[in-house]
Amino acid sequence: MSVDAFKQDLAASAYAGFLGVEPVEGSTDRTVMRFSDRLIGNPLLPALHGGSVAGFMEVTAASALAASSQRPHRPKPVDVSVAYLRSARPVDTFARAVVRKAGRRIAYVHVLAWQEDETAPIAEMTAHFLLAED
Amino acid sequence: MSPALRAILQQLVSTPPHPAALGFRLAQIDDDGVTLAVPWRADLVGDAETGVLAGGVVSSLLDHACGMAVWTALDAFQPIATLDMRIDYLRVAEPRRDVLARAATFRMTRSVAFVRGIAHDGDPGDPVAAVQAAFMLNSDGGRRPGANLKGPAA
Repeated sequence: MSVDAFKQDLAASAYAGFLGVEPVEGSTDRTVMRFSDRLIGNPLLPALHGGSVAGFMEVTAASALAASSQRPHRPKPVDVSVAYLRSARPVDTFARAVVRKAGRRIAYVHVLAWQEDETAPIAEMTAHFLLAED
Repeated sequence: MSPALRAILQQLVSTPPHPAALGFRLAQIDDDGVTLAVPWRADLVGDAETGVLAGGVVSSLLDHACGMAVWTALDAFQPIATLDMRIDYLRVAEPRRDVLARAATFRMTRSVAFVRGIAHDGDPGDPVAAVQAAFMLNSDGGRRPGANLKGPAA
């Protein structure tokens, strides 16, 4: 596990910068997506776009995976599955990724996203990543 | 499709801040579904080594296209919410290429719409991603505009 690798991987993604995703200080698996207007999908409620939340969780999963073991290439997403649990309010959003299984070629990652209360998540994601081609 | 709904759908691509910031545009709309496009942009790249649009940009485009496919199938605008979205990344998109997403509703029940779609970078026969999603219909639950500004929902 490497705090620096986690930071560097997030910093290397222009898209993570577009979303406003930052590592939580000292962490190898936790991120925050700072609220900005460009994340809004429904201006009336207002609520974050489902795609903002999915992209945030995907970026968090990939960087946590990169931090958990140094590899020459970025892990490539194979599939992602998102369950939306609550409407995402216009505030900062947090995420934590857990690498449930990292094999030789494939890793399986779970991500939880929440706002005020970690026990009341707004969304969950599971994803498979390809670590190496044979 | 009514001209009024067509005008609303056009607005729903260009007006909400997230699709506007990503540069989404409505490429095609008909009774069978919706096609959206996102232009390639350097600040939307996930991996500078490859120059390919981030997976999350494709996720956003597919999510938005799927939602619009629900309104197209309903032939009306009403509050909907994504319950579940599953995306398969079938191959790496070509660097510096725009991505298009095509989605259509294949089953509508009283409460839930089931939607499928693909994303491609020029040839719909050679997709970069596939999506299947489920949407809750009439999902506002009595919440009025501004409800999310008040505090966490239970």
